[in-house]
Amino acid sequence: MRKKIIEDPGLSVSLKEEFEMLVKQNMRRAYFSALGLLGSHDAAMDVTQEAFIRAYRNFKNFNGEKKFFTWYYSILKNLCLNFIRDRKRKNETEYIEFKENEHSQNRSSEAIENKELIEKLQEAIDELDFDDREVIILKEFEDHTYKEIAEILNVPVGSVMSRLFYARKKLAVKLKRKV
Amino acid sequence: MNERFIILQEKYFDEELNAEEKAEFKNILETNNDLQKEFEEQKRIKEVLRKMKLKNPSREVWDSYWMGIYNRIERGIAWVVISIGALIFFGYASYEMVNAFINDTQTPPLAKFGITLLIFGALILIFSLIREKIFTSKRDKYKEVQR
Repeated sequence: MRKKIIEDPGLSVSLKEEFEMLVKQNMRRAYFSALGLLGSHDAAMDVTQEAFIRAYRNFKNFNGEKKFFTWYYSILKNLCLNFIRDRKRKNETEYIEFKENEHSQNRSSEAIENKELIEKLQEAIDELDFDDREVIILKEFEDHTYKEIAEILNVPVGSVMSRLFYARKKLAVKLKRKV
Repeated sequence: MNERFIILQEKYFDEELNAEEKAEFKNILETNNDLQKEFEEQKRIKEVLRKMKLKNPSREVWDSYWMGIYNRIERGIAWVVISIGALIFFGYASYEMVNAFINDTQTPPLAKFGITLLIFGALILIFSLIREKIFTSKRDKYKEVQR
């Protein structure tokens, strides 16, 4: 078995194992949040792993008052913002797809229409401000509750609802222009 | 925009409206055409989003995810150790070089003065670059965004 102990930053073995468990529990939603925000698989992988490394280095400061993901998300969000600031060119790969039960492969015309819709939706989402994209991803794609989003973003539930409403409205306008 | 309408609408989408709120929401929609239109538009975009999901990477990606983090931490530690070792080595080498330079009787004083100025200038340049880097990093406007 591969050794469990990573020598730095002086965490006990039990804390390291706890951290490994937390990574495994949260890696998927961390990845999907970053994927929605950055629109790139490679960037999402890189940024979420870097955020976990930073969380690991500061794990002693995590007091358990907040949920781990809420604490981790603040690190992830900063890295995503830095990534967007430094990005030279926009990502052009598809990162959205139809849910399996919503998609028929039988008719080619329908498949083309669906592909076009995905492209337009993705473009519209990419054009949204970071804050709007963030709530759309957390609610509509990640299916977090309003309370969870309020905790993650550190804002009241009412503000989450309001932000979502206006984000959807902007998305609808952008999508309408494209379709 | 009517804040109450927004709250009721969001609750409606999440099927969290109680009977009283349902009646209130229905009444708002029946009496206000603009809000009715807003609701229809929001419903349409919700319906589009409901059918979509973010692409899931292959199983191998998840299987190797933790190992990716583990390797990066391990390599980070390796770089720290290498940096400390290099710092000690070059510190010692510099000390020995300065000693040899001071005790060297073969080099003419003017050449020694020139070399001293050259090294001193280079040190000022390095110090200035490091200070600028630290200054820029402290003023990074995204660094503490909504932490």
